[in-house]
Formats: sequence, structure tokens, C-alpha cells
Amino acid sequence: MKRYSALELIRQGLGGHRGWDRVWRKPEPKPSYDAVIIGGGGHGLATAYYLAKLHGMTNIAVVEKGWIGGGNSGRNTTIIRSNYLFDESAAIYNHALNLWNGLGQELNFNIMMSHRGVLNLAHDEGEMRQLKRRVEANRLNGVDSEWLDAKEVKNFCPSINISGDIRYPVLGGTLQRSGGVNRHDGVVWGYARAADALGVDILQQTEVTGILTEAGEVTGIETTRGTIRTPKVASVTAGHTSVMASMLDIRLPVESHPLQALVSEPIKPILNCVVMSNAVHVYCSQSDKGELVIGAGIDAQLSYTQRGNLDIIEHQMASLMELFPIFSRLRMMRQWGGIVDVCPDASPIISKTPVKGFYVNGGWGTGGWKATPGSGHVFADLIAKDEPNRIAAPFAIDRFTTGALVAEHGAAAVAH
Amino acid sequence: MSQPYRIPGRGLINRDRSVSFTFDGREIPGYEGDTIASALLANGEIMVGRSFKYHRPRGIVGAGGDDPAAMVQIGSDPASTDPNVMVTTREIHAGLEARSQNCWPSLKHDVGVLNDVFMRFFPAGFYYKTFMGSDRFRWLNWMTFEPFIRRAAGLGKSPTKPDPDSYESVNRHCDVLVIGAGPAGLAAAANAARSGARVILVEETDRLGGSLNATDPDGTTIGGKAPADWIADQTAKLAEHPEVTVLTQTTAFGYYAMNFVGLIERVKDHLPEHRRDRRQPRQRVWRVRAKQVVLATGAIERPLVFNENDRPGIMLAGAVRTFLNRYGVLAGKRVLIFTNNDSAWQTAFDIRAAGGEVAGIVDLRRELNEAMALRALKAGIAVYPRTAIVGTHGRHRIDSAFVSSLDDNGNVRGSRSRIECDLIAVSGGWNPNVALFAQSRGKLKWDEELASFRPGLSWQQERSAGACNGTLELQEVLAEGSKAGLEAARAADFTVRAIRQPEVRTDAVETLNLVPVWQVPSGLPREKTKAFVDLQDDVKASDLQLATEEGYDSVEHTKRYTTQGMGTDQGKISNVNAFGIMAEARGITVPEVGTTTFRQPYRPVTIGALGGQHVGAHFMPRRGTPMHAWHLEQKAIFEPVGDWLRARAYPKPGESFHDAVQREAKAARTTAGILDATTLGKIDIRGKDARTFLNRVYTNAWSKLAPGRCRYGLMLGEDGMVSDDGVTACIADDHFHMTTTTGGAASVLQKLEDYLQTEWPDLDVWLTTVTEQWAVAAVCGPKAEEIVASVVEGIDLDPEEFPFMTWQDGTVGGIPVRVFRVSFTGETSYEINIPATYGRWLWEELIAAGKPHGLTPYGTEAMHLLRAEKGFIIVGQETDGTVTPGDLRMDWAVAKKKGDFIGKRSLSRSDTVRDDRKQLVGLLTVDGDHVPMEGAQIIGTPEEPAPPVPMLGHVTSAYFSPNLGRSIAMAMVKRGGQRMGETVWIARLGDKPVPAKIVHYDFLGDAVGEAA
Repeated sequence: MKRYSALELIRQGLGGHRGWDRVWRKPEPKPSYDAVIIGGGGHGLATAYYLAKLHGMTNIAVVEKGWIGGGNSGRNTTIIRSNYLFDESAAIYNHALNLWNGLGQELNFNIMMSHRGVLNLAHDEGEMRQLKRRVEANRLNGVDSEWLDAKEVKNFCPSINISGDIRYPVLGGTLQRSGGVNRHDGVVWGYARAADALGVDILQQTEVTGILTEAGEVTGIETTRGTIRTPKVASVTAGHTSVMASMLDIRLPVESHPLQALVSEPIKPILNCVVMSNAVHVYCSQSDKGELVIGAGIDAQLSYTQRGNLDIIEHQMASLMELFPIFSRLRMMRQWGGIVDVCPDASPIISKTPVKGFYVNGGWGTGGWKATPGSGHVFADLIAKDEPNRIAAPFAIDRFTTGALVAEHGAAAVAH
Repeated sequence: MSQPYRIPGRGLINRDRSVSFTFDGREIPGYEGDTIASALLANGEIMVGRSFKYHRPRGIVGAGGDDPAAMVQIGSDPASTDPNVMVTTREIHAGLEARSQNCWPSLKHDVGVLNDVFMRFFPAGFYYKTFMGSDRFRWLNWMTFEPFIRRAAGLGKSPTKPDPDSYESVNRHCDVLVIGAGPAGLAAAANAARSGARVILVEETDRLGGSLNATDPDGTTIGGKAPADWIADQTAKLAEHPEVTVLTQTTAFGYYAMNFVGLIERVKDHLPEHRRDRRQPRQRVWRVRAKQVVLATGAIERPLVFNENDRPGIMLAGAVRTFLNRYGVLAGKRVLIFTNNDSAWQTAFDIRAAGGEVAGIVDLRRELNEAMALRALKAGIAVYPRTAIVGTHGRHRIDSAFVSSLDDNGNVRGSRSRIECDLIAVSGGWNPNVALFAQSRGKLKWDEELASFRPGLSWQQERSAGACNGTLELQEVLAEGSKAGLEAARAADFTVRAIRQPEVRTDAVETLNLVPVWQVPSGLPREKTKAFVDLQDDVKASDLQLATEEGYDSVEHTKRYTTQGMGTDQGKISNVNAFGIMAEARGITVPEVGTTTFRQPYRPVTIGALGGQHVGAHFMPRRGTPMHAWHLEQKAIFEPVGDWLRARAYPKPGESFHDAVQREAKAARTTAGILDATTLGKIDIRGKDARTFLNRVYTNAWSKLAPGRCRYGLMLGEDGMVSDDGVTACIADDHFHMTTTTGGAASVLQKLEDYLQTEWPDLDVWLTTVTEQWAVAAVCGPKAEEIVASVVEGIDLDPEEFPFMTWQDGTVGGIPVRVFRVSFTGETSYEINIPATYGRWLWEELIAAGKPHGLTPYGTEAMHLLRAEKGFIIVGQETDGTVTPGDLRMDWAVAKKKGDFIGKRSLSRSDTVRDDRKQLVGLLTVDGDHVPMEGAQIIGTPEEPAPPVPMLGHVTSAYFSPNLGRSIAMAMVKRGGQRMGETVWIARLGDKPVPAKIVHYDFLGDAVGEAA
């Protein structure tokens, strides 16, 4: 793999950019692999990368029914933070945050990790109490997090409206300075390129049509490009987690909803951090290109179509006006939807299943992006060792039977 | 200036009304009806901006909403300035101020142009390959470079003050929605209207007629009439139908599911300040649900991709025609035509007809239409067949083009020659405008003749007509429009008969004979060719090729890697060219490449307009109780609780919030207090199965609760966690009155309805929300009985006659009231319910009656304090969705012997029966003056170790209790129930943990005494 650098860019520039390597190969599927990961999103590719890099499993493949990064990896608002309330969540999201740090350098691909800070606003006494509780829990868990009063919020984010006469005035908020945003495509491509360089086959335009088992153990998959034998199949198919599991008659407590997001036209820098609000129900940041990137809650209906309804967007914009009345004249340029798989406790599933050799990673709800490297890292560990490590263990599917839920409803950006 | 590019006698502008505006501070004269673009062009100005990445000069390319990059900043007021406004769509008016954007210090001298100089080092996606830090220079990472890159990016500037304008959204249902008022749309609307159907006709520009406004008025007749007269006829006919709504200045921006279409109407932007009606919004969103939709959105011309094709002065051939015929402006003195199809020839003929000079027609094709060539010959136009423009010259406006002839393989042959020209009119063909069709999830199909995508299989109730359907001949367009209008009306159940179509006579070129050339050869190596595809985001053909070579070859990857089509124009004129170039690079066909997704909105939509009227005070409903005005008069401090605003405390003049709460809480326990308890959720439950129903939704037993009695109940989720609580009274065997928490009222009702309708449809139970039917005043304290007795008639308040947890009907001044003997403070308490309209009257009666007894109104904060003294929980404060009744040590509220109830099974799961769960306890800080922070974490050591610190739980509630003279707190603590008397520590930021003793949470009981 030819390394990327400023120097190489200049060299190639002088040579007309004719000497760049392909980012990843376009291999034909082999008849068998040591493991197959279904789903070429950020989580799946990270899983493959760590399997190859840390566990020496290089005879593996990632199968993707479309193009890599085309699901939620390419549709999210790229917010990175780890200020979760419960120890179990704080552990995995902070694990991810630590991995995000320096990931671009590790992958030799600029993922544009921008630690510009994430603000979570409080608009009533109840939210203040919850957020202060979270800040304290974060602090004791070693997670970077602090409480700001309304004036400090304004100082950190001057474009925000803290006037007392709006419907839900800003009373304060939490700040995670190490949080921020990054470039989703860069992460997907960076992981794919690094995994490919380690020997991982990335099979795009390859749809899984069935999972083969013998005597309760996985033996392979059927795809639109033929049968592939493998003892380990790992499903990382956000939006279709329960669909994949149902191929093996495993019923997961997952609901799939559309989640919409949008960007404004590009403008010069005006918003320097990520702002999230629960009561006013919106989150917003500005991309490096200059677009405001805006998201909010899910569409209530269950659906596998990657689109939602206008009323959700309208409400989202009204919410944005509460916090940023100065953005009113800017224009929405592009809107889109993805499908999010939501578990009853708003926490993910990273788990073995009753079928030996079949692993599931999903149910990240509206907040999976930030976990990408951590999720891939611990999932790779689970696949390689067939046992969850300390960080993954709380997210096993048996928690829905035992009741040991990780009920993070309050920790999500917006209530759902 | 004298508008030297204006052509006398042409155009639909009003030459009797001169209008001027400013561009970069210079006054530009124009006429009413001009856009900024047409006025600039009339004055010889063609360069208006700089491109996004390389800061290359950008001129006007299109004549309407298709322009890719000619954007300006409007106005300089920090509250009302508008960035990224397309000069081709904005009408001028007096006082309009336009400025070039994304350039510094000025449009013509811009330092950003350095990016252009080093262009070869900045190909597509270059930023993925650098700025990531190296082993030696870790600090040279993205955080270092990002601020510079962000400053260079972006286009215009955001306002920095709140928007002074208002917006609104309205809902409409219609039978037939016609989008686009060109010939097809007008024909469709007119024919649908004859049926009596409710028709909405939407036109994006300020006038009906579409492409007819851009044709030579002398070259075409419809039914023997000039195009303008035919348009006027159709308009008049539409006006005769009361059920027809015609909206100009309105864009259909989004086609959503179930034939729901979003329209945005620009109500005032085009008007000068003094003509703007203050009662009207600036813009209006129409949310239209149409039975049938007719798409008549026309076609969008695409340019040719050739070397140095991005200089100002290179314009779409159709745009040149539109400026000429609609605005009376010939944008160049010497125009060179460059095309691969017949349509651009008409531009040459129109220019000649208007007396302009044509430098020649450079046509990529070998075979030319003979009649057309003859016509060119007659007009004295030089024709260069099988020739390409291989380069252009001119810094801020082109001054010449270089052409070379092509060999049989389409490669450059021989030397290049120079043709002087100040305008190049380009056509690469026409793309049916299928954006809305694609948004509706219709399937596109590839059309070989057009070399473009057109509508295929429909998914929703719509039909395409005219150019957006790939039909270009006017006679056919009208026929298709009429048919679509008739069919749409019929499909919406109206009856209408077809009428004879007017005959079209035209000398306009209506053939295409297109030979697709996705990238025009330049005879230069790739790295020396600057052939732009996306003029806004500076995507060159070589970028698309590089992306493909590097492996970003799926259309979505190429788009994302190069940012093709990701600008404000979303690739309207450039995407199909890009797909063509990708196809060639991959050696496959364009339909095999496919398209990127056509996303809403079709054109950028003002965020404020989407918010509509739901901003500021109207963002969310503000619910107030019937007593709200009284609280306001008392200058109460309020807090939002869900949609409600509740009085939090009533400070007297000069009194602090804290002191007020202390006073109120003290009074409620020592004399009497009165609380506005109206906001509690109230659900009226009726039906013969009401008891069964209650047994299933509450954890305790309801079979034996006698009429006249009340009972407290806990509600769980299916996970066994407490989700709500409240008191429910038995009114009759088949009739109950349930109360819920204020915040939970709506969700509880929804949940109960959900169970009734989906899980237990067999139950005979009916739910009605009566929250707003009753106003509730709660009087409590030692003097409560006396006060209530003096106001309420017909109830004997003697505790023997009216015991705790019962209710009775009485009257106040003849008005029926229902009084509940329940308590949230631990004091004797009467919750008096009265029909809501009498709420304030009752409240004032009680206040007056209570005056001699020291009755004190108290707010929600004192209420919280009082209930904490008694150890009552608040759902949502002591609980957070992870707390079972057992965790609250309220097992007494869970019936062991009754049948199933929601959450029952979960209570016996292994995790729920763990004996080390967190449990609710009371906490007494060793220092009684210290009130811990709510949310503070509890640890097991007097010092705080380094993280991660094991946490035992957290403080859920904490107050200074005036009645106990010390602080009290409630907390969830691991194994709390088994740790009575133990000391734990409350962690604090930047300070030593505070020691506190675990006690039972009924602080009025024995807790405080035992701890002392």
C-alpha cells in the first residue's frame, strides 16, 4: 500500500496523479474464508481491520450488498462523544473515543477528526438534574465532561440563543471538549483500505441471501455471487439487524425506524462546536465544507425505506430556530434518511447467538457512528475468541432475558 | 451605464419602469422584470463570483434555476442578509444590494486564487491523503489545519442577528397538482380545470409560459396566436374556474410519500421594501396532498465538458436564448455556438434575427441537418462541423476560443485556430427534469436519443408531460400536457371530455439529432486539461477519472470522493455529464453506472420557512391552568413541565427564591398551604371491565376498591421498571378517575389506549382524558380542614366521616366540586376539583377564606420539598427507567396474589431479583447545613480515588428542610436497604467528598431522630 503524505501528494501532482494505488482491490469471492463479516459499513470494516490486525485473521471477507459506506455510515451526522451515563456505555464509547484519537494516522487516511467539543443543553430542572448527574458519573469514570451554566454556554458557542424569553430557555449544559465530528466517508474508506492492505477481501455488490448451518453451527453463506464456506459469520447490518438474524430464526428485540438528517447550503464558519438539545429536539454542527449538519428524532413509523416525512423536518427546523434564530434565512440543501435499529434499552447488541459461529453487532439506534472503532475493536475480539471481553459483555442479547439492561434512554441525544 | 447589451423591442421586461440596484457597491440599471442576472448582462457584467475550491472566476451560465455557480450575498443588514442567492432567479427591485461572495479582498482580485495556481496538487479527495499527522510531527494533524480549511470553504455569510421576517405553512388538499406552467403544464391545468377538479398550478418563476417565454415571439403560433397571447388565454381560462389556484414564485421542492408535495412560495423577496405587505409572511410553505400530480417540469440543458470551459462568458445556449427573448439582453457582442445537437442552432438563428453577431457554430457532429445548414448559410453564419473547442482565453471574461477539427475517432486533428468571441453558447443536450419524479420513487429509464434519463415506471399517482418526459416538439408537448390533465382529472373521479388541440406552427428547430460526447477532446494530456464538470464545487473530468482509477468507482463513491453534484445546485446541469464520464472511465454504459439519488429539496428551501409559524412563542403550545393569570399577577417564578408552565414559587418583594420556598414549605406544614394541582393528568375510565383493566395496568389490586375510595398505584413498563404513579378513585363499580404525573399524562393515556386497542380489545373499557376539564386546588396543613369547611358545602369534613383516601361530592357556591382526601405532603390535604372554568374563582374563594388562617400559596419547588420530607417519590426524579418497585422499597405496592399486570414477568428476572441492586434511601449529611447537589455520585471512601471510581449510586433529590432545620436527601444506593446507619460519601468536583448517613427516607418519621 502506497502511503499517503503531503510529499507523496506533491510527487503525484507533478506526475499527473497517475501513480496512485487502488484504495482497495476488487477481488472475486474465494470459496471459503475463516470468517465473513456481513455489512460493509464503518462498524463492519473496522471489525475486519481489527480482526486482521490484532487477531491475525487475514483470510476473511466483508460482504456488502451495495457499495461500502452506503448505509448509516454514509447517512449520519458524525457526532463523536462518550459522555454516557452508565458505566457499561461509558466504557465502550470512551474506548471508541480513545481509538478515534490518532486513528487517521494509524490508518494513514485523513478521517478529519475534529475535537471541537460537544454541548448538550438543558432546558428545564429535570434536564439539569439528569445532565449534572451524567457529568459527575462521567468525571468519576474518567470521561471528559463538564457542566456549563447558560453564560458559559454562550461563551463557548456564541451563535446560540440563550435569551430567557424563548419557549424553553437554555439553563445550562454539559460540554465534552474531546467530542466533535469527523468525516464519515473518510473513516469507511480508511478502514477499507487498511483492511484490504492486510489481505481482507471486500466484496461489494454481494448480497447475502442465506446463512448455512449444520447441527446448529454456521458453515457458510449463500450470496448473489455464490456460496461461501466459513465457520464464522458476523452480521453488522444496521437497519437490517433483525432481518439478518431472522435468516437463522433468531428473533431480536429490535425496531427499525427511519431517521432523517439534512444539511444547509455552505456558509463561512459560524458554528464552532456540536450543539445537541433534548427538550428542543435538534442537534447541529457545521461541516468543514460549511454546511450546517442537522438532525433530530426518528420518524415514529416502522419502516425499511430510507426516507421519512416532511413534518419531522419542519419540527426540527422550528427547534433549530429556537436555539439559533440567526440561521432562519439559511436554506436546507439536501435531506436524507437512514434506517436505525433501536433496542428497547437504547443500547446496542454485541453478542454471540444461539447459533454457534453467528455473531451480531447492531441495534445502535440513533448513535452508532461515534462507537465505530470501539465497536469494531471489541466485536473483532468476540469473533476471534468466541467470548466477549469486559467491554462487550454487558451488550449480549441475554440481557433481554435476564433484565440486565443498559437503559440509556436519557443518554441519547434526543428522546426516543 | 446605458445597458449596451440590451436589444430593443425584445423581452418581457417593462421598459417603462427603470429599476436600479447595486452590485459590489456599483449602481446597475435595469428594468422591472429583470433578474439580477439579466440586468448584469445588460450592462456587460458576466462575472459574479468565485468557485468553491480553486476560487476561479465564475460567470452566469444558466438563465433560471439551473445556474450552477452565479451566487451573491444579498443585503448587508446582519439580521436579514441572504447568502448564496442565485442571480438568475432573483428579480431586481429598488434598494436591492448584491455582493460577490467567497472572494477576498475583491471579486477581481482574490487571494484564494492561490488554490488555482497549485491546482495540480489539489485533485479530488487530496485532503484524505494529508493533514493527518505523521509520527514525527503529530501536531501537524487535522486540528491544526482545519481552521484554515474551514475559513477557505463555505460560500456566503450567515446572518448574525435573528431573522426579522416571518414565515408560515399552510395545508391544502387538491385533486390535481400541476407542477410547472410551461406549455405542457398550462395545457394540463386548463384541461383538468374544465372537469371542475380542485387544481393547483405551480410555477417557479414570476410568469406563466415556461419555455414559450424564451422563444422568438415571431417564430411560433399556437392556434394562430402568438405564444404570449396563447399564454394569456390559458391564464384567463384558469381564472374562470373557482377551484383553480395558480401559484407563481413557487417551487415544488419535495415529493414525499402518499402524493404529499411541499411547495415554497416566495411572497415578498422580489418586492421593494415599501411594497412588502407587513401582514404577509416572507415565504410560505404549502403542504399539499394531491390525489393526482402532473409533472411538467421541463428539461434542463447540459453543457459540454471541454478544456477551459469554466470561464465567465461560457453560457448554456438555451440560457442565451432566454436572456434574449425573455429579458431582451444579448449577453455577448460576438457569440460562438458550441454544440453536439440541433437545439443550439436555434440560438444562432435567434441572435441573427435580433441583429446580433454570431462568430460561428462549432458542431462536434459530422452529419448535419441540411435544412439547418442552409438556414445558417442564409443567415451568414459560419459552420464548423466535426470541430471542437479545445481551449478558451480570457481572464474575467473570455475573448476567444481555440478550435480544432476532429478525426474519425473523435480525436483532435491538426492545429488549433483561434476564433474571437465574448460569449460561447454551449449545448450538450437536454436532460428531462426528472428530479421530482425520482423523489416520488419512480423508476428512471435511459433514453438513447436524448442520451439522458427520463421517467420510467411510476410509483405514485403521477404522470409526466412535456420536456420532463423527453418530449421536445411543441405540438406533442401540448398534446401530452392536455392528455395528462384529462387523465389526472379522471383518475381523481371527475368527468371531462377532450377538446380539439390548437395547431402549432413554428420555424423553431425542434429536432435534436444528438451525438453524445461526454468529454470533448482537448489534444492535451489529462493533467493539463481543465475540463470542468461541476462548476460550483470545481470537479473536473480528470477528478472523476482519478476517482475511478483509485477504486472509488461506484457512482456514489465517485460523487462523495469528488463532491460532484454536492453543491447548492445539487448537480442539476452537471450530473448526467458526470455519469457519462464515469461510464467512459469504467468502460460501461451510463445506465449501468446509474444515478445518484435525487434528494429533496429540489431547490434549497429557507430553514425559517420550514419552521413556519412554529417559532418563538409559538414553538410549542404553552399550557397554563385556569389559575395561571393569578400566578402571573403574584409575580410567581415559573418552570416548564412538559408543555405546562407551572408556578415554581411566589417570592414576596425582596425575597429570594430560596427564602420563598422555605417560607412556603414551612407554612404548608405549620398553618396551611394551597397548590395549583390542575396539571396532574386525569383519565376517566369507564366500562364493566374497568377493574380488570386497572388490575392489569397497576401493580396492586383493584378488585375490592369500593366506590368512594381512592388508592395509590404504580405503573410499570414491560421491563418491570416504574414508569408512572398516581392515585385512582373508584367513582362507581364501572367508573374510575385516574390521575397521572403531569409530565406523563399524554404518554400514559397513549400507552393505555395502545394496550386496549391492540392487546386487550376484548375489554369493555373506555378512556377519556379529562385533564383540562377539572381545575384542582390542593389545600393542605393543620388549618386545611377549617379553611375548606368554610368554602365547600355538602361535605362533612370530620375525618370520621371523610377519612383519608376517600372522595366526596360537594358544592362551592352552588357549583359542584369533587374533593379527594389524598396527600402528597403528608399533611391533611384536600384536592378540590371543580369544572375548569370556575378554577380561578374557586382559587380566589379559597385564598380569601384562608387569609385569616395564614393560607400560603406554594409552588412546585415547595411541593417537591414537602413530599421529600415525607419520603414520597417523584417518578422521573427518583426513577430513571431502571428502577423497580422493589428498588424503591415499595414492595407493598405490588400485589403478590393477583393475576398478570404489565411488567410482572420482568420482576422475577434474574437481574431484577439481584440483592445488590440500587435502592432508594434517605441521606443525612453529617453537616446538616450542606445540601448536596442533585445528581451527585455516591462513593464508598472518604477520599476520591483516581478514576474510574466505583460508584454506589447517586443523589436523586436534596433540599434544605425548613421543618427539620437541616438538609435532607434521597438517593439510590447499591444495597441501600441493607445499609441503614452506614456512612457513605458524596463526591464533589474540586472538593472533598461529603460524608452522609443512610437513613429511611421518611424524614418526618423516625429517620432524623434515629440518625441524630
